[in-house]
Amino acid sequence: MFEATDQTRRKQRQESAIKYLLTTMTVIIVLPLLLIIFYLFYKAAPILSLEFLLENPIHGMRSGGIWAPLLGTIYLVLISLLIATPVGIFAAIYLNEYSRESWMTRVINLAVVNLAGVPSIVHALFGLGAFVLFAGIGRSILAASLTLAIMTLPVIIASTKEALAAVPHSFREACWNVGATRWQTIRNVVLPNSISGILTGVILQVSRAAGETAPVMFTGAVFFKAIQTGDPFAYGLLDQCMALSMHLFTISTQVPDVPDALTYGTAVVLLGVVLLFNALAILLRIKLRGKKKW
Amino acid sequence: MSDLAYSIVTRDLSLWYGEFQALRSVSFKARNGLITALIGPSGCGKTTLLRCFNRVNERYGNVTTTGEIRLLGKNIYDEDVSLIELRKSVGMVFQRPNPLPLTVYENIVFGLHIHSPARLNASALDEAVEQALTDVGLWMDLKDKQKSKATSLSLDQQQKLCIARLLPLKPEIILMDEPCSALDVEATRQVEELMLELAGRYTIIIVTHNMAQAKRVSHECAFMLMGELIEHSRTEDLFIRPLDKRTAEYIEGRFG
Repeated sequence: MFEATDQTRRKQRQESAIKYLLTTMTVIIVLPLLLIIFYLFYKAAPILSLEFLLENPIHGMRSGGIWAPLLGTIYLVLISLLIATPVGIFAAIYLNEYSRESWMTRVINLAVVNLAGVPSIVHALFGLGAFVLFAGIGRSILAASLTLAIMTLPVIIASTKEALAAVPHSFREACWNVGATRWQTIRNVVLPNSISGILTGVILQVSRAAGETAPVMFTGAVFFKAIQTGDPFAYGLLDQCMALSMHLFTISTQVPDVPDALTYGTAVVLLGVVLLFNALAILLRIKLRGKKKW
Repeated sequence: MSDLAYSIVTRDLSLWYGEFQALRSVSFKARNGLITALIGPSGCGKTTLLRCFNRVNERYGNVTTTGEIRLLGKNIYDEDVSLIELRKSVGMVFQRPNPLPLTVYENIVFGLHIHSPARLNASALDEAVEQALTDVGLWMDLKDKQKSKATSLSLDQQQKLCIARLLPLKPEIILMDEPCSALDVEATRQVEELMLELAGRYTIIIVTHNMAQAKRVSHECAFMLMGELIEHSRTEDLFIRPLDKRTAEYIEGRFG
């Protein structure tokens, strides 16, 4: 009774083979990440210190810190998100909650999806044409942030729509049937129950905004600019700025004889900025998710 | 309660979902303060008819309506009718209980909150909650659980809560779309008792698949088939002496 037949044994072998295969694949995706982080920190270790963060680059960027590019990147990320987040979220609310199925909304949805796939260099060129030259803003933090905002918008719209659509339809019905307006429904029920998903979408765009080089290079980031150290308001909206992504590109390819540690240190800080934003978002999500239960 | 004999009167009401005609010139009257059951096989249009009474059909896309619907004497397609006020007076209960993901207390005051411009005073709200929960027979069970999540209650408590949620708005009419189909026998009995208690104060329209339930709870009964209203009379009469052959066949269970 209950002995394994040949066929059962074959199935068991297959089962364990599949399991090993899947485990291996999982390890394979984690391994490079760990290697990258370890390698970066290992190479950057000699230079990492608070002074490295808080000093401007000196000696033709062959030594000193990365204060100017670090602050520039923070400005670009924050301002672009400040522009893209409300526009994106409200647009997504309109598309998901208000608009009816029509050829117009189909065109808009299609445009959003396609815009998300436009290469960043094309966004860069658009930003240069539209904001820097046509609107006459000039190469500046504002123009670069607007360009980054245009680039991140479609993805924010798409992810927000998804988060809104995940809220059960019965909640909306319950609201309509006591006479709530659409906005009251959204405000009281839909948003509180989708905010964590919406934030996730927004946050994923932080890393894109911080990491992209082309859009900021075309529209507002400069090769070198020294600013007041230690002053978080050292840049104005219409100033040009340095950016970590571009700085990394510059010191690794354009400037000879840059010590390795400096390059790797910059990379570590760029990674750190992104991870910091992500960590903040995760904390915010945990806090907000406490309210969501169904 | 208004003193009209009929709370709901429709005349020649037809409704299309795109090309599909779901209601065929339905003329229906519901007596004030009574429970009227809508019965008929699946797809006969009874839920559609129910959803016409608070115009919530319009939320579901491509819908065309012709004919007239009068609630409490007022044509609800008149220009000056506000859907917000209409839905405040015509509450709806669904097949599956759909409490909002809030606390019991918040669920009941939700309607009051969205209909009043200013902050409401806390003791008035407490009173409204107690009254509503008492009316649906949940006060004893839930008075110490007002701050717990409505979604954590048992299904029958959730369904009663969904009924209680309507009451602070002082509705005239309560529409129920198979309110017991997700509930077990005992919970069904309780909800039916509750309906009978609420009758008189509210006009109740219930859609049901369950013939025995229609017999137990309704004063009047309307049989629909393929979008048409076939027969409408007192429940005893409809089940004992149906006038139409199709009604007779349906209640005898020859199709359904």
